[in-house]
Amino acid sequence: MPAPLLRVDGLEVALASTGATIIEEVSLSLEPGETLGVVGESGSGKSVLALTVMGLLPRALARTRGNIQLGGDELTTLSPDAWRDRRGRDMAMIFQEPMTALNPVMRVGHQVEEVLMNRRGMSAGDARRRATALFERVEIPEPARRLAAFPHELSGGMRQRVMITIALAAEPRLLIADEPTTALDVTIQAQILDLLRDLQKERGLALLLITHDLGVIAEITDRVLVLYAGRVAEVAPARLIFDAPAHPYTRALLASRPALTGPRDRLVSIEGAVPSVGAMPPGCRFAPRCSFAIGPCMTAPPALIACAERHAAACVRVGELG
Amino acid sequence: MTAEAVLDLSHPPSKPFRETLARLLGHRSFVIGGFLVLIVLIIALTADLIAPFDPLRNAARVRLRAPDSVYWFGTDHFGRDILSRVIHGARISLIIGGATVLMTGLFGTLIGAVAGFFRPLDNPIMRLMDALMAFPAILLALTVAAVLGASVVNVIIALSIATAPHTARIVRASVLVIRELEFVEAARALGASEARILLRHVLVNALGPLIVRLTYVFAIAILAEAALSFIGVGPPPPAPSFGNIIANGRDFMVVAPWITIFPGLAIIVTVLGLNLLGDGLRDVLDPRMKV
Repeated sequence: MPAPLLRVDGLEVALASTGATIIEEVSLSLEPGETLGVVGESGSGKSVLALTVMGLLPRALARTRGNIQLGGDELTTLSPDAWRDRRGRDMAMIFQEPMTALNPVMRVGHQVEEVLMNRRGMSAGDARRRATALFERVEIPEPARRLAAFPHELSGGMRQRVMITIALAAEPRLLIADEPTTALDVTIQAQILDLLRDLQKERGLALLLITHDLGVIAEITDRVLVLYAGRVAEVAPARLIFDAPAHPYTRALLASRPALTGPRDRLVSIEGAVPSVGAMPPGCRFAPRCSFAIGPCMTAPPALIACAERHAAACVRVGELG
Repeated sequence: MTAEAVLDLSHPPSKPFRETLARLLGHRSFVIGGFLVLIVLIIALTADLIAPFDPLRNAARVRLRAPDSVYWFGTDHFGRDILSRVIHGARISLIIGGATVLMTGLFGTLIGAVAGFFRPLDNPIMRLMDALMAFPAILLALTVAAVLGASVVNVIIALSIATAPHTARIVRASVLVIRELEFVEAARALGASEARILLRHVLVNALGPLIVRLTYVFAIAILAEAALSFIGVGPPPPAPSFGNIIANGRDFMVVAPWITIFPGLAIIVTVLGLNLLGDGLRDVLDPRMKV
């Protein structure tokens, strides 16, 4: 097993104002060439996790505990400037909405070239040639002409390809994709996912893919981390998440997917709502909604318990429910 | 490739500058305003060639002459040709307006951008601007000009101090909106420095309202120059500006109204032109107006 490229250990992020925690005790590791999916519903802390790794937490939030290592280097002790220098070069991020994530008044080619010149020290001519080649690689038709386009002149799929190009221009080793296909049509989604997977294999990229779409998880991830209310509920190889989910929350999530076959019943949903920040239950955060909850679930948050190789769930009843 | 890509090809990359120019040229008030401003500009630039007389030449024999075929706009109490003085006055008035636009554009933008982008500085800077804006602009300019003394440069400084706070507020408002947009976060995720983000990504997107504001500043400066001259703290005589020609004619309003009427008309044409130009720019550059 190769050494992990990204290692997050016991991460805790809290509101700077009240100290209420947004994410707690989140640990994960990611190897070069591996795709880790992070799933969870809105407010589960997926995006906060991504921003923390990038060192881009908004002012209102602060990392209160835990370590983040990239290629063996501790990031949390870096100065803001040194962390900034890592961004783009060692790690990059693509965003959900490719329309708003591109500067509307700059030609897209220029936006790619800017990264190449600033982060890779290329000359303008080299950057132009490299940008054309990259556009070709991400299958943008007529790349030379597309370089001169403005974001609003491109379709959503094309814009996301441009975003991917910009993120990969400086050849980072870690790519964080925050819901990269959510804003796209289903057919385009598949193309973008294929492209991401190909690029990843080609470059040995570590990909941290944040999504709430289980279909996306099934499509391209190797392993999955399920977040619930800021804590890790389950971490498992992607296949096992679907075949042998161990945590009641994961099971409930899978059960609420619409079935493609069979009679069309009402969609199954999980009763209740995610507890709000600052009003977390003292025990397992899923316990109030869990149909398997027992006494101990209410008193202390359960630790991750291994239930198979590389598979663990934070549930005291992992063994018995199996 | 897919249908998406094929459809995409029907869309040739655009030339935004040319498109904007084409839209401006189709806008009536921009064209009329631009035409008026252009005429004033040409007159100011070619003043030495087109003025029939030396604007400073005294001629006792032709004092307070009404407009005729030799002195089209009449003469003042020193016998100076009003037409020549208005033509040369356009030069000084435009220099004052233009320099005020440059200074306000530079400092107002800088102050507004810093206040809007770097949060902790926002309150101290903008409260200071509010304090400056609490004074009527003309009173502020008058005070500064009176303290510094009457000269073209001091008038420019005074007008810049009077107009910069409002410009800063406009820039700050734009920056506050733009800094929260996702592409700014995306630039940060690529390791761009804060200064770079502000200059290359935020300010460029804030240019539209700034350009519109600056055309109005130009008009305000020309009007304010006239007002300051009238009170006696404008550009010092004998060099003509729109304002001090009018100020000179003040005592002869009844016997020689042409001394004040013609530079007054010149101010009207210039300011009207600039305002129409600004309206046109606003209509075209305002993102809400775009289809």
